[in-house]
Amino acid sequence: MTEPVLSVRDLRVEFVTRRGVLKAIDGVSFDIAKGEVLGVVGESGAGKSVTGSAIIGLIDPPGRIAGGEIWLSGSRIDNLPPEEMRKVRGKRIGMIFQDPLTSLNPLYRIGEQLVETIQTHTDLSASAARRRAIELLAEVGIPAPERRIDGYPHEFSGGMRQRVVIALALCAEPELIIADEPTTALDVSVQAQIIALLKRLGRERGTAIMLITHDMGVIAETADRVAVMYAGRIAEIGPVRDVVQNPLHPYARGLMGAIPTLAQDADRLVQIPGSMPRLSAIPPGCPFHPRCPHAWERCTVDRPAPLPHGASQVACHLYDRNDPTAEAHQRMTHPPAEEGVAA
Amino acid sequence: MTAPYVQVRNLRRVFDVSKPWLNRVLEGGERQFLKAVDGVSFDIAKGETFALVGESGSGKSTVARMVVGLLPPTSGEVTIAGVSMTDRAAAAERQRLRRRIQMIFQDPYASLNPRWRVDRIIAEPIRAFKLIEGDRAIRDRVGELLTLVGLHPDDGRKYPHEFSGGQRQRVAIARALASNAEFIVCDEPTSALDVSVQAQILNLMRDLQDKFGLTYLFISHNLAIVRHMATRIGVMYLGRIVEISGGRELFAAPKHPYTRMLLDAVPDIGMTGRQRIPVAGEIPNPINPPPGCTFHPRCPYANERCRREIPPLEEGAACHAVHERRIDMPAAA
Repeated sequence: MTEPVLSVRDLRVEFVTRRGVLKAIDGVSFDIAKGEVLGVVGESGAGKSVTGSAIIGLIDPPGRIAGGEIWLSGSRIDNLPPEEMRKVRGKRIGMIFQDPLTSLNPLYRIGEQLVETIQTHTDLSASAARRRAIELLAEVGIPAPERRIDGYPHEFSGGMRQRVVIALALCAEPELIIADEPTTALDVSVQAQIIALLKRLGRERGTAIMLITHDMGVIAETADRVAVMYAGRIAEIGPVRDVVQNPLHPYARGLMGAIPTLAQDADRLVQIPGSMPRLSAIPPGCPFHPRCPHAWERCTVDRPAPLPHGASQVACHLYDRNDPTAEAHQRMTHPPAEEGVAA
Repeated sequence: MTAPYVQVRNLRRVFDVSKPWLNRVLEGGERQFLKAVDGVSFDIAKGETFALVGESGSGKSTVARMVVGLLPPTSGEVTIAGVSMTDRAAAAERQRLRRRIQMIFQDPYASLNPRWRVDRIIAEPIRAFKLIEGDRAIRDRVGELLTLVGLHPDDGRKYPHEFSGGQRQRVAIARALASNAEFIVCDEPTSALDVSVQAQILNLMRDLQDKFGLTYLFISHNLAIVRHMATRIGVMYLGRIVEISGGRELFAAPKHPYTRMLLDAVPDIGMTGRQRIPVAGEIPNPINPPPGCTFHPRCPYANERCRREIPPLEEGAACHAVHERRIDMPAAA
């Protein structure tokens, strides 16, 4: 078994505020292998982006990594001094954010930005770096790159800008790319092009990709494995086909049923009552229990650990083979609360 | 046959996007116009949900704003319940009609006054149209409306910031219902919400439609949501409707090449692993749209005629290739 490119072990991220310590990430563990795309899904506030920021060491005070380990190709990176971490960022981990305009400097031609990044991370000469920049632009599908390289960011459309950002992330040939909602700001027809590009890059270069998004469709099309996050924890992680088509965790099941699809008719969408708890009021035990149709007493006190189930891992007592009552609760559902209103 | 509830005829809206006069004089340059909406016509029957779907810049929100009267059209006509929204002569009748038309916006943060308590926000249309007299009766009605959208009557004492996004959208819906609206224009009502909350709001909107016989004009860029909500759908591209058809038909047998491309581009949660037509190009600049059919630079079926003539909307699609049978028609399922 080869070593994973990224290995996150029991990660905890806290934000210290006047009203107490908020646990944004609470015990998250996962691996990403070479050439693999791990999709991280969840609703707003689930902790997807904070996980991404923690990996690249960009958690600003009052936030802090309160525990756990992050390993990149066998070396630990969560405890590096800021100066060392800056070398890892960009060189070994590339980043793509939702809004390409904030990742590009509006006052510099994109060629200058690419050449600067290439020269920071490699020892190519200026002319070699420019040739490399043109190659990269061609690789991400920008037409006439030798001409476009001298354009300013505002001269590119949204989709083309996101391609430039991807080229920028590829400059130093990183082992891992963290893409945080890379297609959310784009129209569907452009989104499809960007997804295809990311998939191709992962395949051809063997880059591991952590794809953070709230869009299950994007995950289903792109990812090899999926982690479903809820209230700062991973509810379920497993191969994309299993999680999307046969989700185990009641939250993952509700989430999949809530998405209207093109393929089937549904009179009513599955609705999960209530909404995600605030970080200041995460329920004890399983954080999902107040919204869960299967929850019983154990769920309100005992926090479920990730349990292996097939090729997946699921943090839910329903799948605990040592609990004799679990199976009965599996079949039993409480009448779903009609309209979801959290008090 | 009775006339449709909403009739939109040849609606156009042109925005002047020229540089200021002095800059034009000094630097040269022509006046520039952006045709945001260019000859859009459709009908909506009472109790139906008609959806307009399209990518950004297609003009769908501009149509919505013209239909409710927030934006005067450059030309064309909107008639709702037999009253012209554009004819100056019908001003008095229009005033009476206004109450029955409401709009729900994408961003519930921006569309609710942050300094007002929710009960005052919901009571405002009741007071403005003098629907109910007496504070007590109004308070009861507000409580009733809050219950209707799945909130508690006591929630009326809170300010908008105390609610989550989904709950705020419920408040916006309660406000729309406060004036006993019949026709609600919804501009991307769930785009700012998470999927599980989005499902709650979409279910609520359908329940209210069944209960009160509401008519919806539903604007969205999300095809899956449109499929779930709409009885009929118009697909917009660069200010024109390129295809109009019944909900099921559009998804089972899309006609226009743009609709086909759009449907194909939607990420597929069903994971059928189908072969897809790769998407080509992006929406051109609307200030300087291509002549003829505006989709021709991206269309695999385009020929000389498509580059020259604007195709009329016939047989449900505005496409020469469809009219000339140059394109294989998928069998209607």
